Amino acid sequence: MSIPLSPPPVAHRETHPLRRLAMAAWLRQSLQQVLPPLLGILLFLFLWALLAARSEGLPGPLVTGQAALELFADPFYDNGPNDMGIGWNILHSLGRVGAGFGLAALVGIPLGFAIGRFAFLARMLAPIISLLRPVSPLVWLPIGLLVFEAAGPASIWVIFISAIWPIILNTAAGVASVPQDYLNVARVLKLSEYKVLTRILFPAVLPHLMTGIRLAIGVAWLVIVAAEMLTGGIGLGFWVWDEWNNLNVAHILIAIVIVGLVGLALEQSLLLLARRFDYHS
Amino acid sequence: MDKFVELTRVGKHFETRKGRFVALREVNLDIARGEFVSLIGHSGCGKSTVLNLIAGLLEPSEGGLICNGREIDGPGPERAVVFQNHSLLPWMTCLGNVQLAVDKVFASRSKAERRERSEAALRMVGLDHALHKYPSEISGGMKQRVGIARALVMEPKVLLMDEPFGALDALTRAHLQDELLRIVGQTRSTVVMVTHDVDEAVLLSDRIVMMSNGPAATVGDILTVELPRPRERLALANDPLYHQYRGAVLEFLYQRQRRPAA
Ligand SMILES: Nc1ncnc2c1ncn2[C@@H]1O[C@H](COP(=O)(O)OP(=O)(O)O)[C@@H](O)[C@H]1O
Ligand SMILES: [Mg+2]
Repeated sequence: MSIPLSPPPVAHRETHPLRRLAMAAWLRQSLQQVLPPLLGILLFLFLWALLAARSEGLPGPLVTGQAALELFADPFYDNGPNDMGIGWNILHSLGRVGAGFGLAALVGIPLGFAIGRFAFLARMLAPIISLLRPVSPLVWLPIGLLVFEAAGPASIWVIFISAIWPIILNTAAGVASVPQDYLNVARVLKLSEYKVLTRILFPAVLPHLMTGIRLAIGVAWLVIVAAEMLTGGIGLGFWVWDEWNNLNVAHILIAIVIVGLVGLALEQSLLLLARRFDYHS
Repeated sequence: MDKFVELTRVGKHFETRKGRFVALREVNLDIARGEFVSLIGHSGCGKSTVLNLIAGLLEPSEGGLICNGREIDGPGPERAVVFQNHSLLPWMTCLGNVQLAVDKVFASRSKAERRERSEAALRMVGLDHALHKYPSEISGGMKQRVGIARALVMEPKVLLMDEPFGALDALTRAHLQDELLRIVGQTRSTVVMVTHDVDEAVLLSDRIVMMSNGPAATVGDILTVELPRPRERLALANDPLYHQYRGAVLEFLYQRQRRPAA
């Protein structure tokens, strides 16, 4: 979504007719950009308010907004491990996603390259990957708890295992789809395997890789909240669970919006990054 | 005639899902140093296969190939290839694409000299103004020039070209043919070029190898083109000898090797 950034030309006392025309066009364009999403949000708030008015426990938009203002007035207070500001909870969740995802990238990218480059390895690992990939990530949580005997590493482990499949599969697909022509150029030049990797395979695969990373981060963010609900500690998921136990529904609604916004921010920043790395073939 | 490139009873088959497909059989061909040879034939007859065998990108199923007294086993920069669809790496500039070849082939030279070589190669194909452009930013003709520069800069023993101008419009194609004539005249390179353009073949070649239709295609006939060099496109237009050669190739393609229901 691109909203025109230039301000409307300042109206002088005697505006040139062409200027006025341009201004009208600018106004119309920005209205067309801003109006529909605004209407959508208003409609949503209206339906929400309507629903809240007829329900016992569900707070309306106004009450929730009030609660959000209070919550974000002091996002980084710290009253011991069970009572920390919302900012800390978000940062902790992001930290786990970062750690789990980072490990997944560290393992998944080289593995994806190897699988894409060597058909033998691809056939060897195909049954394992096909079997494990559809398994819901949360199923790995008990295994993580068993092995690591701690909630933090266990939830990082769950992120790792759910983020690794899109990274492996997209990288491998990218490597396998590198045009034979590019590889023939490398063969005629007798480039070393290292040069083939850095000068040809890696740049050719980068767009696929970025897709894999984007999908992986998306899944990781979906999973972390659920994992934290189960493990406890500090984090958005645990915070939601805690607020549910306190029957603070307004905070749960706020959490939904936060999870959505952070997910959106992750996705958009990765899209931006991907565009930076993409070459125009 | 000294035999610089030698194909002896070369056969090539591919294992496909529908069984073995024999693409080439009994291909015999000798190419002299500094000679310009064209391979012409109907689409699918096996021209690219012959070229890729000389390049070493494919291995023969039967027979052997020799270049400069040594058996061809695998590709190498002494047999540079200009690919049909330019095959420039889109994440490198024109200079970067040429530099990749120079850095490999002239690894022992100084950085400055390598850079100078790359620029000189691009200058030779008239692209000194586009050194820092990416392939997506230049026209098809310019891309093909970069491909030619990348191949020539390796100072190959043999320059292999697979329909280098096939995807270009007639004017650009004529222009590049003239430039190739000039460059090859300067460098005295040995060239094997695949084409399906009769005029291109007659204009550029010392000999035209006409291939029979596949499957199991082979050398149908070889035409020696004894037009003096340097050749001028305009002068040749009224040259009866030129038209005689042209007629001979056309006759081969459209009478003796008529395309079966193309
Ligand atoms: N890798 C391959 N596998 C199976 N068949 C192939 C392969 N490469 C080429 N062929 C077949 O060999 C024949 C000759 O191909 P090619 O040399 O590309 O023809 P040309 O360049 O003359 O158009 C064609 O019928 C083609 O389908
Ligand atoms: Mg071909």
